[in-house]
Amino acid sequence: MKEDITIAVHYVTRVEGHGNIYVNVKNGTIEKCEWNISEAPRFFEAMVVGRKWNELHHITSRICGICSIGHTLASLKATEAAMGIPVSEQDLRLRKLALHAENMQSHMLHIGYLVLPDLLETGSVLPLVASHPEELKTVIRLHRLANEVSTVVCGRTTHPQRLIPGGVSKVPKMDELTTIKKGLYDAFADLDTLVDLFLQVVDRFPDFSRETEFIALTAPDEYALYDGLIGSTDTESAPVTEYLSYTREYMVPQSTAKWAKHVRESCMVGALARLNKNYEKLSPRAKKVASLFDLKPVCHNPFMNTIAQLVEVVHSVEGSVRLITEIEAAGLDHVPEYNRPEICVKAGRGVGAVEVPRGILFHDYTYDENGVCTASNCVIPTNVNHGNIQRDMEEFVPQLLGKSQKEIELALEMLVRAYDPCISCSTHYLEVEFK
Amino acid sequence: MKLKGAFFDFAGCEGDQLQVANLEEDLLELLDLLEVVSFREIMKEHSDEYDIAFVEGSCTRFEDEERLRQIRHNAKLVVALGSCATIGGINSLRNYKSLDEVKDTVYGDRADMISTYEARPIDAVIRVDAYVHGCPIDKAEFLHVVKSLVLGKKPEIPNYPVCVECKKNENICAFERGEFCVGPVTRAGCNSCCINEGTICWGCRGLVDNPNEDAHKEVLETYGLTVDEAINKFRLYFGWQRGGE
Repeated sequence: MKEDITIAVHYVTRVEGHGNIYVNVKNGTIEKCEWNISEAPRFFEAMVVGRKWNELHHITSRICGICSIGHTLASLKATEAAMGIPVSEQDLRLRKLALHAENMQSHMLHIGYLVLPDLLETGSVLPLVASHPEELKTVIRLHRLANEVSTVVCGRTTHPQRLIPGGVSKVPKMDELTTIKKGLYDAFADLDTLVDLFLQVVDRFPDFSRETEFIALTAPDEYALYDGLIGSTDTESAPVTEYLSYTREYMVPQSTAKWAKHVRESCMVGALARLNKNYEKLSPRAKKVASLFDLKPVCHNPFMNTIAQLVEVVHSVEGSVRLITEIEAAGLDHVPEYNRPEICVKAGRGVGAVEVPRGILFHDYTYDENGVCTASNCVIPTNVNHGNIQRDMEEFVPQLLGKSQKEIELALEMLVRAYDPCISCSTHYLEVEFK
Repeated sequence: MKLKGAFFDFAGCEGDQLQVANLEEDLLELLDLLEVVSFREIMKEHSDEYDIAFVEGSCTRFEDEERLRQIRHNAKLVVALGSCATIGGINSLRNYKSLDEVKDTVYGDRADMISTYEARPIDAVIRVDAYVHGCPIDKAEFLHVVKSLVLGKKPEIPNYPVCVECKKNENICAFERGEFCVGPVTRAGCNSCCINEGTICWGCRGLVDNPNEDAHKEVLETYGLTVDEAINKFRLYFGWQRGGE
């Protein structure tokens, strides 16, 4: 019998921001299959024009509450590139530590609070308080630890204060760093518990793959998060100043969407892209966890993005321990109270790129000779992924026909969730119409 | 019986709802006080029957108003969560530019497709019963507000400037360091957290009820700072409160 199916998920839940799924099937023929975004526009690129160089990181941090450290760092790197501002080795280590902390925090939120309920067949994390108290406490402990690292380095977890152009306004105390290092060591046991839990339920992810291009920063000496070249699984690498050719924005007919692509119809960024591009540079424990899930490059199953995030949490815990050990060995140079690195303000344009939890992020600013911003552009990872989500849905829906409406709906929600979209990050208004 | 709570968001970064998740173990304490019946960011279930609505984000479109009014209609109490909802926050920075200009800057020739108007706090559209200020909100203050409301009490929110807390924390005044700070007119309650971390007060908790702007002008003169600089910093968070001045 040919089926009729109508799916309208108005506001997919357990994702950051507002997105909708629409699918219509009539007599077994797919008439509509649409990933639609209804988030309010925010206009950050216009807001920063006219503002001064030492305010931009504060303003653009507000693009996203979950990856505010990443936005702050991309912003600072753009300003520093525009004016040729150097950053000390110690400050670089602190910034990398902050980025690890945010990666852990955001990934734990996604893995534990947003995805785990699907795998344990509940509607939210709340029933787990009664049904899986120990597992939930493990998730909470790891999430809290990530926030503790952010607090020690940035002064707080969301919208960091200490990260400023040219360095930091305040350095942590050595004993604070030593305390969190101990906490990070203790986290390995919790991570083992979490890995065991996911090994039991990972086969509940749909078995779906669609070949696509993966884009991530890449570096010769480390698993690139803070710095690197733009890398692709399809092409050669390029410096970040060439970001526009890697994120070619295009409009979809009958829509206000700005999507981005590179050499194929769409591409993917985020943890899975990083793992696919930089697998060899993962920390030893992280690599071991990846192998337990048989996750190796190039993996084209978008559902495995969540497992790639789990691998990255392990990597970031190990990476943080290493960074603190390096800081301990080098000794902490104390900066003056209310430190303001000396900066020679000048006109110029700079591009800053970092890997944030959801993928590669670019900020691009132009300043006049007074250090006032005259133009800006931000390319947000979720905007890059929207096109890939749409293409995945188009290929996934035909494979799902025959299942119940409820099952199809859940599978599509899980697909969207796998990308961990951060829709309010999208400074561009998107409304996708697929015909 | 436990009160029912629901969370909603408009134009904002969802960083305030994240602070609720960041309560970590204390989140369980919150769940003892409140039955959460709707929270799109973390749960699939949804109900329109709730006692307290927590609203994050600014109202930036005509179509947002209807949704806000529906929330007001459903809820006994409405709590504004974070700067974007309480005072318009950083979103109101764009109100100093023409709508055509901001739309053209970001969307170019597709600007006509974009629906938007001046960013505003939610009390510009609906009545609000309680405010949790800040960008982001302070977790402890959020819990204090929830506990007060559950007990039927009015939450205690400071109505004196950040300078009071900053002095107690023995910070060196930003003005003495040659920087501009909006602490003298900004509502306290954050324990001067940004200045403690080596920066300045940016004004995210909004103006105190009767800001002494004349005194602020004297401070400017004393330290040789310009009014332009002051206006510029006021615009970061106070745009809506100062009526676009």
